[in-house]
Amino acid sequence: MEESGAVTMELSGAYDSILHDIAGGFSLILLLLAGIVCIIWDIFENDEPVLPFVGAVACAVAIVWEVRNLDADSATVFYGAIRAYGLSSYINITILLSALATLILSVPYLKRIGRGYGEVYALILFATAGAMMLGTANSLVTVFVGLETMSLALYILVGLVRQDEGGIESALKYFLLGAFSTGFFLYGIALLYGATGTMYLPQMAYGFMMRGEMALLFWAGMALFLVGFLFKVSAVPFHMWTPDVYQGAPTPLTGYMSTASKTAAFGALVLVLYYGLAGMNAAEWQVALAVAAVVTMVLGNLLALVQANVKRMLAYSSIAHAGYVLVALTAGTSQGYAGAVYYLLIYSVMNIGAFGVMSMIEWDGKEGRVQTIDSLSGIGFRKPLLGVAMGVFMFSLIGFPPFGGFFGKVAAFTPAIEAGYTWLAIAGVLTSVLSAYYYLRVLYVFWMRSSKQAAPAVRDQAFPVTVSSAAVLVSCAVVLIVVGFVPLVRDMVMGFFDASAFATMP
Amino acid sequence: MQVPDILSIVTFLPLVGALLTMAARSDQAIRVTALAVTTATFLISVLLWTGFSVADAAELQFVSGGFNLISEAYDIRYLLGIDGISLLLVLLTTLLGPIVVLSSWKYIDRHVKGYYTLLLILQTGMTGVFCAFDVVLFYVFFELTLIPMYFLIGIWGGEERIYAAVKFVIYTMAGSLLMLVAILYLGHAAGQAVNDGLFTTDYFKLVEYNVPISTQTWLFVLFALAFAIKVPMFPFHTWLPDAHVQAPTGGSVILAGVLLKMGTYGLVRFCLPFFPHAAAEQAVLFGTLAVIGIIYGALVSRAQPDAKKLVAYSSVSHLGFVVLGIFAFTLTSLQGAVIQMINHGLSTGALFLLVGMLYERRHTRRMADFGGIARSVPLLTFFMVLTALASAGLPGLNGFVGEFLILVGSFGSSIPGMTVLTAFATTGVILAAIYLLWMLSRIFFGPVRNEENQTMPDLNRRELIILVPLAALMILMGVMPQPFLERSEPATAQLLELVQAKQSAAPDEPSRPSQKNMPDDPVREGGFEVRAEPDTSQTQGMIPYASMLQAMDH
Repeated sequence: MEESGAVTMELSGAYDSILHDIAGGFSLILLLLAGIVCIIWDIFENDEPVLPFVGAVACAVAIVWEVRNLDADSATVFYGAIRAYGLSSYINITILLSALATLILSVPYLKRIGRGYGEVYALILFATAGAMMLGTANSLVTVFVGLETMSLALYILVGLVRQDEGGIESALKYFLLGAFSTGFFLYGIALLYGATGTMYLPQMAYGFMMRGEMALLFWAGMALFLVGFLFKVSAVPFHMWTPDVYQGAPTPLTGYMSTASKTAAFGALVLVLYYGLAGMNAAEWQVALAVAAVVTMVLGNLLALVQANVKRMLAYSSIAHAGYVLVALTAGTSQGYAGAVYYLLIYSVMNIGAFGVMSMIEWDGKEGRVQTIDSLSGIGFRKPLLGVAMGVFMFSLIGFPPFGGFFGKVAAFTPAIEAGYTWLAIAGVLTSVLSAYYYLRVLYVFWMRSSKQAAPAVRDQAFPVTVSSAAVLVSCAVVLIVVGFVPLVRDMVMGFFDASAFATMP
Repeated sequence: MQVPDILSIVTFLPLVGALLTMAARSDQAIRVTALAVTTATFLISVLLWTGFSVADAAELQFVSGGFNLISEAYDIRYLLGIDGISLLLVLLTTLLGPIVVLSSWKYIDRHVKGYYTLLLILQTGMTGVFCAFDVVLFYVFFELTLIPMYFLIGIWGGEERIYAAVKFVIYTMAGSLLMLVAILYLGHAAGQAVNDGLFTTDYFKLVEYNVPISTQTWLFVLFALAFAIKVPMFPFHTWLPDAHVQAPTGGSVILAGVLLKMGTYGLVRFCLPFFPHAAAEQAVLFGTLAVIGIIYGALVSRAQPDAKKLVAYSSVSHLGFVVLGIFAFTLTSLQGAVIQMINHGLSTGALFLLVGMLYERRHTRRMADFGGIARSVPLLTFFMVLTALASAGLPGLNGFVGEFLILVGSFGSSIPGMTVLTAFATTGVILAAIYLLWMLSRIFFGPVRNEENQTMPDLNRRELIILVPLAALMILMGVMPQPFLERSEPATAQLLELVQAKQSAAPDEPSRPSQKNMPDDPVREGGFEVRAEPDTSQTQGMIPYASMLQAMDH
């Protein structure tokens, strides 16, 4: 009797907890469902043009949901598998915004290259769900599952244009190197589990301290784990795949990869550092991150300098920007983590915008892979909206005030300076000077060269801009102009890393 | 009595105007809008002059804003205000606004909308620089000026415009980004020391904070480097001739008239009060570089065949005087430096305008192509001679007042070596006369070598409207500099007092007395470094700003 009574009680509790958990994982579930709906719909109505809007609506609803949860206290749901509310909502919003913008931007693009498959939109939704799982993971298992869900969807998306050898090469490279980095992840997770006896991030530090003699195992596992992350955020020296993959993928999806998947990986890294290594001596891993940050910024910016192709240049630039985020993480303080996630939001907005513009002025029929920047001479005067928007994105990427990029850099570098890493900040600004050269070059070609110098093929192209795409670009630009001056976002981000966050361990 | 947010209006009205020009349809409508907006801005800014209380010229007036920017967790504020120094520079900026618009009226005939929109954005940036009393806000305005300037040079510039534009931006940006690191460091350190641990870039709190001697030098270097590039001082000047020559006339006028002043203004406003010891230590170095700049700039000017290049290099020379005056640490020289900033803005701005007018007529700037045009364009000649003489420092015109004060003040400076440096600097005045008069003689006098020169049209009404106010101010400031000097004097005097108080407050420092009437070294407390905690009673006495600050907090 007693036993059955206990079971009943547990079940009644379980319903409550499931409802509660569903609220926490609502956007994740919503996107997965939307993805499934898209797949099934696509079976009956092949390449139904409504599908991207199903995805967009799902993203929009999820964003609204997460915005409502922004100021709720962080909590874990689904038996500690993922973390919800607060910081997680913020990470989810960043990822969802990338996804929403990508869905809208890719509709005219895919239509133009004749690949408006319904599956694409389903895959974007699945990748987004994976990214959200990764970015809000509370357990090493979730990190892995999220990572794989996201990556598998992306491998397919990159190779979307099957007939194009460049796209195939890109997809294969992404897949092989992705699998390679997954190996690091898994091995790292195994060692960490061995060293701590737990999969849950917030218990790692405690578990480690309980088994004091496992230091070597723990740090070896952490090092491998970190390598996996550095692969995913394309930090030097694990960046080799990035330029080729970014260049070969369909342009709006490149924008998606460079933002959503990076945000997710960095989000998980922040959670690992903040919860997983809480209370440990930060000096143990700070040096590793500092070194990675420096080489990433220097090499990313140097290699970007010599690129003739904009997508490749933006790929190297996104490597460099991973370096700036690493600078903030190196600080190892609450302000540092706050700076990093703040930077991720701003970076996502400007990068989505930049790739968005490039997706609209593509003319080579090979996803922009072979077209040089110079071929677009004087395009700013022909397409003023795109030109002005690109101006905002480029200056923001350089880190010029009054654009968001500047405030992002302030948020990222200040904690490093406060933590005594002034030299890292100096390295950061000096490499930003380098970056000015190649970003300004884009604007030079857009605005300061005559259209007569453009490639002949460009002169015949109309480069139509749909209203929805224009709306996305304008929104990105406006956000970048406004975001720095509104304390709202910055304050909120700082609030995520209060000491009180530790009160909600599982 | 005071319209509360008049300063914000003056700063942001051009930005609003930029939105209007963007919406305007025809080229003519764009021009008229730009002219109306800049004129209105100037007229409103005249209220700053009339409403400015000379008695309290050292204090911040027309304070605007005060709310937090960026984050509540950082004491970074939107805080505009003007003291005597800012007042003059703001008025210079707003005055040049409509003049530049008018000067571009005919010359800019393609992409008109972009040109005037950028021009208006630029004006907001420049005005903001001189009013911002929060260092991050200052930085935002400081950098904001680069974006429009990049396009102004790059799109509407001359043959080598791309090279010039990129060089200009990269050079300036390299300096200012390093300064950004210094700002963030300083904000953190000052926050720990004087602001309950809250990161602060509030100007007055930073002034209150005594930067430890150990970090002063490198912070000073990072700040001063940014400003030295902007000025530009001697080894960092190479961007200037390119940018000035390639920029369209309007761009050159703004570059020479206002943008360069942002460098010297930064030195006065931030480098001296924040890092007084380091500034005193490096005074000889800066003085030497300034003098090299004066002489080198003058000699190179003399060698130019191109009138615009000549004027461009003369800026290097003239701003050398300003820097010398700043680092001599005497009231007279500092006053001279402030006045010289205005003078240079007026006269060099006018010189660029006049060279631009010549170019519009003959599509050449080579002096050899002109000659003897005084007969065909008497009015233009009159203004050119007047401006050149003002620029060369003829008594009775404005240039004299500034250079005289700087030289007299620097000569009396107690910094070792400053006297010798001043003696060398004085040769710059002679050299200026040489290259400017040489330019006049080659362009305007002598035999007519080219037929086209005989039929050149003289100044039209638009060009007269541009030049008359500038010329009038040159004469006015020459014969009656008092109203200008008395407005800046309390501010400069107080700045100097503050610098000296800080210098004497650090007994650790092998201090170099910077002025003869400086108070004796206070008690040396062996090895004790005055860190962070300033003697508030003393500071209160030294900074009338402090009362301002308290008022702000309520």
